Amino acid sequence: MTATLYVPRDAGALAVGAERVAQALAAGAAARGIAARIVRTGSRGLYWLEPMVEIATPAGRIAYGPVAEDDVPGLLDAGLLDVGLLEGAPHRLRLGPPEAIPFLARQTRLVFARCGIVDPLSLDDYRANGGLQGLARAIAIGPQATVETIVESGLRGRGGAGFPTGIKWRTVAAAAGAPKYVVCNADEGDSGTFADRMLLEGDPFVVIEGMAIAGVAAGATRGYLYIRSEYPHAVAAAQAAIDAARGAGVLGAGILGSSHDFDIAVRVGAGAYVCGEETALLESLEGRRGQVRAKPPLPAHAGLFGKPTVINNVVSLASAPFILANGAAAFRDCGYGRSRGTMPIQLAGNVRRGGLFEAAFGMTLGELVDDVGGGTASGRPVRAVQVGGPLGAYFPRALFDTPFDYEAFAARDGLIGHGGVVVFDDSVDMAQQARFAMEFCAIESCGKCTPCRIGATRGVEVVDRIVAGTAREANLALLEELCTTMKLGSLCALGGLTPYPVMSALTHFPEDFRSGPRLAAAE
Amino acid sequence: MLPSHPWNAERASEIIAAHGAAEGATLPILHALQEAFGHVPEAAVPMIAAALNLTRAEVHGVVTFYHDFRRAPPGRHVVKLCRAEACQSAGGRAVADGVRTRLGVSWGGTTPDGRVTLEAVYCLGLCATAPAAMVDGEVIGRLDEAAAERMLRAIR
Repeated sequence: MTATLYVPRDAGALAVGAERVAQALAAGAAARGIAARIVRTGSRGLYWLEPMVEIATPAGRIAYGPVAEDDVPGLLDAGLLDVGLLEGAPHRLRLGPPEAIPFLARQTRLVFARCGIVDPLSLDDYRANGGLQGLARAIAIGPQATVETIVESGLRGRGGAGFPTGIKWRTVAAAAGAPKYVVCNADEGDSGTFADRMLLEGDPFVVIEGMAIAGVAAGATRGYLYIRSEYPHAVAAAQAAIDAARGAGVLGAGILGSSHDFDIAVRVGAGAYVCGEETALLESLEGRRGQVRAKPPLPAHAGLFGKPTVINNVVSLASAPFILANGAAAFRDCGYGRSRGTMPIQLAGNVRRGGLFEAAFGMTLGELVDDVGGGTASGRPVRAVQVGGPLGAYFPRALFDTPFDYEAFAARDGLIGHGGVVVFDDSVDMAQQARFAMEFCAIESCGKCTPCRIGATRGVEVVDRIVAGTAREANLALLEELCTTMKLGSLCALGGLTPYPVMSALTHFPEDFRSGPRLAAAE
Repeated sequence: MLPSHPWNAERASEIIAAHGAAEGATLPILHALQEAFGHVPEAAVPMIAAALNLTRAEVHGVVTFYHDFRRAPPGRHVVKLCRAEACQSAGGRAVADGVRTRLGVSWGGTTPDGRVTLEAVYCLGLCATAPAAMVDGEVIGRLDEAAAERMLRAIR
């Protein structure tokens, strides 16, 4: 009997040796004369256990991890490939059924349901696991009912702004102009986030299906999938999946045999963080510098090449297939307050159990960091957590009771952004983090508006003066005033939200802004 | 090791023609040129401008806006090291300092022997296996000083 093994080809797994493990498994099985088939999947998102290897048994899959290349002979000796061992081979790396691992068992996987399980480039796998039902439903019920289903689901933009997705689609559907476009924003530049990358590598068809549903809903025929250049594996997976989808009639003229035409082209960014801002992304797609546009007009009215354009984040679009296939209520019924559905929360940085945790909104930050994430990887106390990427606030433990919800974070001068949670231990210097926020803004500013372009550079200087103890009180007041100017006067979120990490660091960790090193205290 | 080809106007024309018909073709052309030549040669700028009916200034503006596009050939190997927050929280600053000291170059610099170019990158999406780097397109995670040392030895 041929043994079927699953080894991720996700970039996060490759970065810790998954390719070498896959090769060692193939070579080891061949040397032992055992027939083995290795399926390359995406990641389950349990990154502290990567490379995680799974084997199919008649009773389900058994996982092992983290597997190093050197562990492979021992695993094979223990009986890894013996599919008759329903509980797996006796080995210290045996994790048991992956679904029973608490990190995974506690999740509600609606959008990432197939990620890490299926062969990402097999359309047959995709169909066999519920794929394309949402698109078929959208075609059956028609554009208007499709838009209303998304509106009813309560889905809000997962890129960070949290704007109701259905309203965007409705606006484009009602706008005059042709062609209309669907643009998928996969310029996932926030540090601490990797949900878009994981999904594009692990289940690219769900993104394609989501874009096609948006196309049907809004009457758009052309799609662009704009992926950042830092994600070459995602680019390759998306391109291969689009080719396969086109070959099978999922894309192209008359999708799924309907009267709707829709096709997608992949475009690759070029290392500009600001292109994650939707209007800068549109400029970039048009072949220009990625400079932010003033709004109005909204992209829904005059977007790509001046045409009505649906522009949504990867996860927003990838939520549509579930919503269409299972109904708006199935999505809306989980969540918290006005944040409906699930959010892929990404636990990152100095965290013991780092990975992707898709859950209904509403868990507290403390539950996520301490219970799910297990605290720091370094074993030191958690001191600060940055939520929502480089423009997100730093929260101290005192705010760990904040529920993961757009409004609850906003009420505490923070934001959930794209769902990234970066954990820092007590060796962090918060003045240095505040300085970095300004430095990053200066590096990535598109230069269009003055508060961001000039303010960020001045901000670095002011933080330096405060830390050096130069006219401390005056410079603290100046920093606060500068942050207010940037917040109120910038055209987009880059300059407008950089004050969040800066001011939160200053508000919650003022002791780090006094002159002299504070690291000694942590040692 | 990265492929590096000397300037060839004919090859550049072919690349520009192959991508020129796409909507908003500037970035696809620039990426393809950089893939072929290791950078965007200055001589290509007027050619792109002519093909896309843009001014040379507009094309220059695009080339210089994006961090990815190099205006000079890189070293034989390119090390992109993440400097963003998730990697910082996991010890990335010390790793970066070690790599810079060891190579004797700062961000964007190339070693005098032309062997390695060191580039800063702000997030590779490997934030749960941080600190992370990309060497000639290969991703590497969970870097510490010893792993960074091995990473550099492999491209000696």
